[in-house]
Amino acid sequence: MENSLINNLSKPYKNLKIMNEQSNWLAACRVEDAIENGGVCVKHGEDQIALFYFTRRNEWYATQNECPHKKQMALSRGMIGSATDEPKVACPFHKKTFSLSTGECLSGDECAIKTYPVKIENGTVYIGTTPKS
Amino acid sequence: MKEPQIIVIGNGMVGYKFCEKLRSKTSSFNVIVFGEEPRRAYDRVHLSEYFNGKTAEDLSLSTENWYQEQNITLFLNNPVTEIDREQQKVYTANGLDYSYDILVFATGSGAFVPNIPGTEKEGVFVYRTIEDLDLISSYAKKARTASVIGGGLLGLEAAKALIDLGIEKTSIIEFAPRLMPRQIDAAGSDMLKSKLTDLGLQIHLNKNTTSIEGDGCITALKFSDDTVLDADMLVISAGIKPRDELAKACGIEVGPRGGIVVDQKMQTNDPAVFAIGECALYDGMIYGLIAPGYEMAEVLAANLCEGDKAFTGFDMSTKLKLIGIDVASFGDNFITEPDCRTIIFENKHKGVYKRINVSNDGQYLLGGILIGDATAYNLLLQTSNNRIVLSENPEELILAASGGSEPASGTGITSLPDSALICSCEGVSKGDICSAVANGSCENIDEVKKCTKAGTGCGGCLPMVKDLMTYTLKSQGKYIKNVICEHFNYSRQELYDLIHIHELKSYDAVLDALGKNDGCEVCKPLVSSLLASLWNEMILKKGNDVAQDSNDRFLANIQKGGSYSVVPRVPGGEITPDKLIVIGEVAKKYNLYTKITGGQRIDMFGAHLNDLPIIWEELIAAGFESGHAYGKGLRTVKSCVGSTWCRFGLHDSVSFAIRIEERYRGIRAPHKFKSAVSGCIRECAEAQSKDFGIIATEKGWNLYVCGNGGSKPQHALLLATDLDTETCIKYIDRFLMFYIRTADPLTRTATWLNKMEGGIDYLRNVIINDSLGMATQWENEIEKLIASYKCEWKEAVENPAIRKRFSHFVNAPEDKDPTIEFVEMRGQKRTAEWKTV
Repeated sequence: MENSLINNLSKPYKNLKIMNEQSNWLAACRVEDAIENGGVCVKHGEDQIALFYFTRRNEWYATQNECPHKKQMALSRGMIGSATDEPKVACPFHKKTFSLSTGECLSGDECAIKTYPVKIENGTVYIGTTPKS
Repeated sequence: MKEPQIIVIGNGMVGYKFCEKLRSKTSSFNVIVFGEEPRRAYDRVHLSEYFNGKTAEDLSLSTENWYQEQNITLFLNNPVTEIDREQQKVYTANGLDYSYDILVFATGSGAFVPNIPGTEKEGVFVYRTIEDLDLISSYAKKARTASVIGGGLLGLEAAKALIDLGIEKTSIIEFAPRLMPRQIDAAGSDMLKSKLTDLGLQIHLNKNTTSIEGDGCITALKFSDDTVLDADMLVISAGIKPRDELAKACGIEVGPRGGIVVDQKMQTNDPAVFAIGECALYDGMIYGLIAPGYEMAEVLAANLCEGDKAFTGFDMSTKLKLIGIDVASFGDNFITEPDCRTIIFENKHKGVYKRINVSNDGQYLLGGILIGDATAYNLLLQTSNNRIVLSENPEELILAASGGSEPASGTGITSLPDSALICSCEGVSKGDICSAVANGSCENIDEVKKCTKAGTGCGGCLPMVKDLMTYTLKSQGKYIKNVICEHFNYSRQELYDLIHIHELKSYDAVLDALGKNDGCEVCKPLVSSLLASLWNEMILKKGNDVAQDSNDRFLANIQKGGSYSVVPRVPGGEITPDKLIVIGEVAKKYNLYTKITGGQRIDMFGAHLNDLPIIWEELIAAGFESGHAYGKGLRTVKSCVGSTWCRFGLHDSVSFAIRIEERYRGIRAPHKFKSAVSGCIRECAEAQSKDFGIIATEKGWNLYVCGNGGSKPQHALLLATDLDTETCIKYIDRFLMFYIRTADPLTRTATWLNKMEGGIDYLRNVIINDSLGMATQWENEIEKLIASYKCEWKEAVENPAIRKRFSHFVNAPEDKDPTIEFVEMRGQKRTAEWKTV
């Protein structure tokens, strides 16, 4: 486990393109506080952001924590996975799934969720608090 | 022009089939049918099912309107009494006469009653019609002992009926030195006899009955060896006698031992008169089975419609289940050395006897006999009938593992020619079935039955019809494999075995070894459940925690609003006042709503994620453990108070319920499962609505399985009776492991059983008779699961890394989710309604 973490840290994260235009970076947590292949919830003032460390794909994602279906603060507790190649999260309440990269709802017509940029610097995970979408 | 008029005498199975076949070919001809019995044609082959709850209407071959819809005039209760062949007229019991152009005898057969003094006595019956069965059934109420004369097919059926009617002692008397002398050999008869004896039947072979004793009603039978057997009633089932008396009276030629003589066209010596079914004598033989009767009906119907069919004899192979015992014979079953080579397999322990006769050059299967296990029958019959060349090791044909659907040889269904007759009752070939499936008209077994009629007669060919259907669908790429999701190309059962074989212990290891891409919310909980069922390790071990369903991940059920419920185990529903006080105090301290559940325990609702570890710490300190209300595994074992308090209780149901609950707690399964133990038949614990339920009897416990409450309630079925405690537990062990290994994901035991081929009988065979040979392995596996049980909540609160997960904010671990809202109701809190936009 230790080794895999170090290996991951030594590689650049695949999906973290440079997003310099983002000015409001929230220091969310340390990399080791995030849950591998799962999500945690980050408090941002009155807001809640779900942060996913998709270790298997070596990717990071952040979305709103509220599931738009029944307005539950729950997405960070959902299971992540993929549909063909699209990374997704399933809400634990009624298994509605959302794309982690675009926020689009993949099951039915619930509205999309907000997604946020993520960057890692010196072992700290930062979330850009201006939504991508 | 006036249509030619056909009169059919007799409304039995063959008479009906003739009408059906005729009408499927033409709507011309006026058809009039005269029946002697008061009801429409019914299924005489399955007559004994009348005693298992089937009604006369269930057994009926047609619906009430069928004759009218087909423009056929049917007279019931109105036998033909006389025939005037010169005038071409029949006279009937109601005094009227009708003209015919064509006359068809389908009068069938009656029971052959041997010339024994005393057959007229009260309490002596034959076994032929529904009326006979009604008479037997009402007389049986006052009888304790019964005898059946005749150890053939019908005699054994009759004996079964008497057992079903609750006769304490039933004996079978056979004149020949063996049972079913037309079908099986001496060794086969020995095996059948020992199995029947185990079932409580007395078998007397080589017995010649000389008189029926009794004053007015029967009391005993006397034999030529001067022995006497007490009997309160007697059923004579010593063979059949063709109903040819009417034909004989009007000068139609009959055989010396009965039967209306017919040629290949079913024509008698009068060109306007025909005979079909068991009243017809073709080539010196009466064909006393349903399939050749149907074939005769087909031949006649086709020829009346300008066809050119001929009846040239018929394969008399049979397969049947007698009192749960398979008996089959096919081809040349009695041929012996030196005319053939015989291969015999015998297993006295399991009551299996198989014999096949192979041609001297080893090339062809000539015939054979199967007792106790006839799963290979269809294939053997086809191999023999189609002269399929055998492999070098023909013994494999009968050495295939019991329970397997095909013998381990090259002669599968694929090697059969298209002309192979699969359903001999309806004359349906392999080609008929495969093309019906291939042209898209049917995709399931019911549609195949409807569209080809295959399997609608005796039903014996159904397994093979099903195999052919699956095979055809598969070859068309239509067969939809029951795979889990896009990440795993396996069924749950396959994955279970693969994980076991490869000894995989984490979700990622399983995905790497057996799956592809990144997994999803379908395969993750499924694999997690399999891992738990196989290894029973802590489910929140790093890596596996995120593959758990939400409730398993936090060892609690997420509720509306995002709070969780806390449910400690209360085995059997028994709880001390001190523990009740602890629950009350904990609920008060953490402001939890409390409710008694249907499973006899107490739910506490409204806990914040952050509070779960501390709440459980307090509960564990007071002696509670996880109730697994969140997991797909054992929920509760309800119990009534039983013999410790109840004045009706037979045994201590509470102690047994606690033992069961503690035995199976924490074991993960394809879905949740529930149980209950009742201390007597009043069934206060409602055990028959559970996945497995136990009810005390005078002698032990009755075990019921596969019940369900919920949206589709289903009563559990009785698996075994009067078990001692240890046997009862052993059967539950096997039952649960069989379920865990084979059920589809999220399938409760009731649905699992509903989908199971062979149903409760099959299940019973697997659990009690160990027909799959898995019992020992399953018992060992479940012992391992039981031995590795640990309270998950105890482990969770004692492990800092796991405990850390129980906080809402990663960057503010002390803060609770501020969005959770409660409102007040009846002095407690409840969650706020779903927020609307």
